[in-house]
Amino acid sequence: MQHLWIIPALPLAGFLANGLLGRRLPKAAINGVAIGSVTLAFLWVLKVVASGGAPLEHYFDWIRVGDFAVGCDFVADHLTAVMLLVVTGVGLLIHIYAVGYMAHDGGYARFFAYLNLFMFFMLTLVLAANFLVMFVGWEGVGLSSYLLIGFWFLKPSATNAGNKAFIVNRIGDFGFTLAVLLVGINFGSLDFAKVFGSLGGWPAEHSVGTLTLAGLLLLLGAAGKSAQIPLYVWLPDAMEGPTPVSALIHAATMVTAGVYMVARFAPVYLKAPMAMEMVALIGLATALFAATIGLAQNDIKKVFAYSTVSQLGYMFLGVGTGAFGAGIFHLVTHAFFKALLFLGAGSVIHALGGEQDLRKMGGLRKKTPVTFWTLVCAAVSIAGIPPFAGFWSKDEILVSAYYHAPWMYWVGVVTAAMTAFYVFRAIFLAFFGEYRGDAHPHESPAVMTLPLVALAALSLGGGFFPVPRWLAPLFPLAEHHNNALVIISVAAGLAGIFLAWLFYVARPGLADATARRLGWVYQMVLRKYYVDEIYGAAVVTPVVEGAREVLWQSVDVEVIDAGVNGVGKRARALGGVLRRIQSGYIRSYAAWILMGAVMVLAALALAGGAK
Amino acid sequence: MPQSVPLAWYLALSAILFTLGVAGFLFRRNLITMFMSIELMLNAVNLSFVAFSYHFKRVDGQIFTFFVMVVAAAEAAVGLAIILTVFKNRATLHVDEVASMKN
Amino acid sequence: MTAILFVLFAAVAIVCGINVVLRKHPVESALALIGTMASLSVIYLQLGAQFIAAAQVFVYAGAIMVLFTFVIMLVNAGAEEKSRGAWMARLAGGPLLVALIAILGFVVWRAFPGSEGVTFGGYTGGTAENVGRAIFTTYLLPFEITSLLVLIAIVGAVVLGYKELD
Repeated sequence: MQHLWIIPALPLAGFLANGLLGRRLPKAAINGVAIGSVTLAFLWVLKVVASGGAPLEHYFDWIRVGDFAVGCDFVADHLTAVMLLVVTGVGLLIHIYAVGYMAHDGGYARFFAYLNLFMFFMLTLVLAANFLVMFVGWEGVGLSSYLLIGFWFLKPSATNAGNKAFIVNRIGDFGFTLAVLLVGINFGSLDFAKVFGSLGGWPAEHSVGTLTLAGLLLLLGAAGKSAQIPLYVWLPDAMEGPTPVSALIHAATMVTAGVYMVARFAPVYLKAPMAMEMVALIGLATALFAATIGLAQNDIKKVFAYSTVSQLGYMFLGVGTGAFGAGIFHLVTHAFFKALLFLGAGSVIHALGGEQDLRKMGGLRKKTPVTFWTLVCAAVSIAGIPPFAGFWSKDEILVSAYYHAPWMYWVGVVTAAMTAFYVFRAIFLAFFGEYRGDAHPHESPAVMTLPLVALAALSLGGGFFPVPRWLAPLFPLAEHHNNALVIISVAAGLAGIFLAWLFYVARPGLADATARRLGWVYQMVLRKYYVDEIYGAAVVTPVVEGAREVLWQSVDVEVIDAGVNGVGKRARALGGVLRRIQSGYIRSYAAWILMGAVMVLAALALAGGAK
Repeated sequence: MPQSVPLAWYLALSAILFTLGVAGFLFRRNLITMFMSIELMLNAVNLSFVAFSYHFKRVDGQIFTFFVMVVAAAEAAVGLAIILTVFKNRATLHVDEVASMKN
Repeated sequence: MTAILFVLFAAVAIVCGINVVLRKHPVESALALIGTMASLSVIYLQLGAQFIAAAQVFVYAGAIMVLFTFVIMLVNAGAEEKSRGAWMARLAGGPLLVALIAILGFVVWRAFPGSEGVTFGGYTGGTAENVGRAIFTTYLLPFEITSLLVLIAIVGAVVLGYKELD
């Protein structure tokens, strides 16, 4: 028994300690608890991984109704192990960074409590051995996300963003719940091992419909959690939260839960090709769509947010085309370079005293060198330049896409070019040229830069972790090698970098001129294709107005309230009539009593008193 | 003329007296007279008890009569004291004037 | 003999009862009630309840009715006046009384049609000795409780009639 429960229990203890006592503890104690719990969890993960994973551990019976039983079970196979390492490892670095970033914040203890809570739920999610425990983690990370996005709860924009995230997530969770029900009914059990094991014995034509439906519903859940079309709208708004939150939850871990889920349910998807095709298509569409939006954004965090959506699309493309190992591999490398991009952005924002607009930055190369160089590492990695991490994972996905359907490869290549462009646009705008702002930039403290350096090293060298090979027992390696495809995609990345250099370093005015020339196209991209406005008008407003006018005014006030009040009025009226009996005259009372007595006597007499 | 009286006659007498008592309570307006009607009702019930005591040849009916009498005495004492108090406060014994429980 | 006596005294009782109800002056009603009680006492004797008959005269006619008369005189109650209130009593009183007597009559008629008759001396168990024995053995608890009740009634009556000494 490896005691897997220790892994999530440590951050949970941290949450309780910091949450209940944090306000009275000195900062050092809070740091110790928060970082210590994650460190210990990470060490335990290493221990588990070193011993090759753990078979199913059953802790207690949760539900037992007749033949149907669901227990609190954890399991750690190779896929879980990869996720555990990413969550605890990258999570640890981000916790350390947050010590510096949140140093002046009033809600310091609350922040670390929430972070630990998130870790607990995320670890539960990846360790789960059945649908229901996974769902607990699934919902829990949504909750933590809401709490952390709306961390600065006095800002209406932050609380709105938190609400938006939670509500949109909920829509996805609805799909997940339906899928769980579907599986439970059809398979009689919610354990992964049992469900996947019994997939083989099903007659093909019967199972495909059910499995496809389950797969599509799970995809809906994944789209909500991992910000794919059509439920991605919450992620850019989630940038209202503190930057460490954006790095941890909305880049490295929570949003990857959807990808993890699709990979975990690979047996189901492999038997439902249509669902898997949808996964790939949605992933590809999202990748392209989000990349185009990222080209024009002016807020540095928004650029990276849309980049996350786009990269998640790549991961979905990977798992959707059957390259589960590649998708997970990209998940790992993405965690490295995206977390680094966000933390670096946070460092820049911290250096500028809160400024997030790229147009007000510039020339920070000299002022914040460590931040600059680490961000460059992240940028080359995400652009897919060999031999850095992003190249290995992205190319495996693209190659797999080509052998699935060549047109997907070409779209992916265009997107890769755009990815390189927007990332380097951000770098050039922020670090090159003249400083266009008003603040006094200074480098961040060591507690923030050290994690940046660590992540930079991982972004550069992370490609050499043999993730796909390690996942081979679960996801057989694809044996496609095509150097031509690789060269083309690398060339696309380099082209993107060159264009960015051209627009923002060599000919600075060219960007604005092009934007003006493109006129309404540029406006539409800048305004995110007005998706939020469309959703607002088509979905939100009708629901809210409908609730207000129909359900509240018409039904609640006029029907239900009137009914209840009407009952009250009738009772009053009846009472008014019956009140007349209380005349105050003793003789009348006596007459009533006599009437009652006569009736009783009559009843007794009739019943049998008179034999 | 029969030598023995059927028991039913005693019970009939009891019923008549009881009804008279109820009538007095309902139709008289003087508080004291109403109270006397109550005593009449109690007497009628006593008669019933004694008649049944004869019928079942047991003394328990008479014991109950005894207790009824005791309670009637106590009740008369307290009731009359109350009537006196009412009279002191309202200077009337008219039962319809003592209607402060109205509504 | 028994029958004649019964009919005679029953008639007296009923006539006196009617007087109680119909007389306008309370003192007349009180005297009529005493008459009823006296006749009832004779009837009790017929039924073999010697002790009860005696107690009836002592307690009821002798004590309670005297109390009533005292109060009537104290209050100086005069003849009654009419009143307009208590519509329910006036409206439903008559029919209800008819119903009452009808039901009671019905029950009595049906329940004891041909029962054995009452003769004077048919039951001799109503002696003071028998009653006393029953009270102090089987019915000891009710006896004690009723004596407590009487005590409370006395105290209550005194409290109600209490007058401060100026």
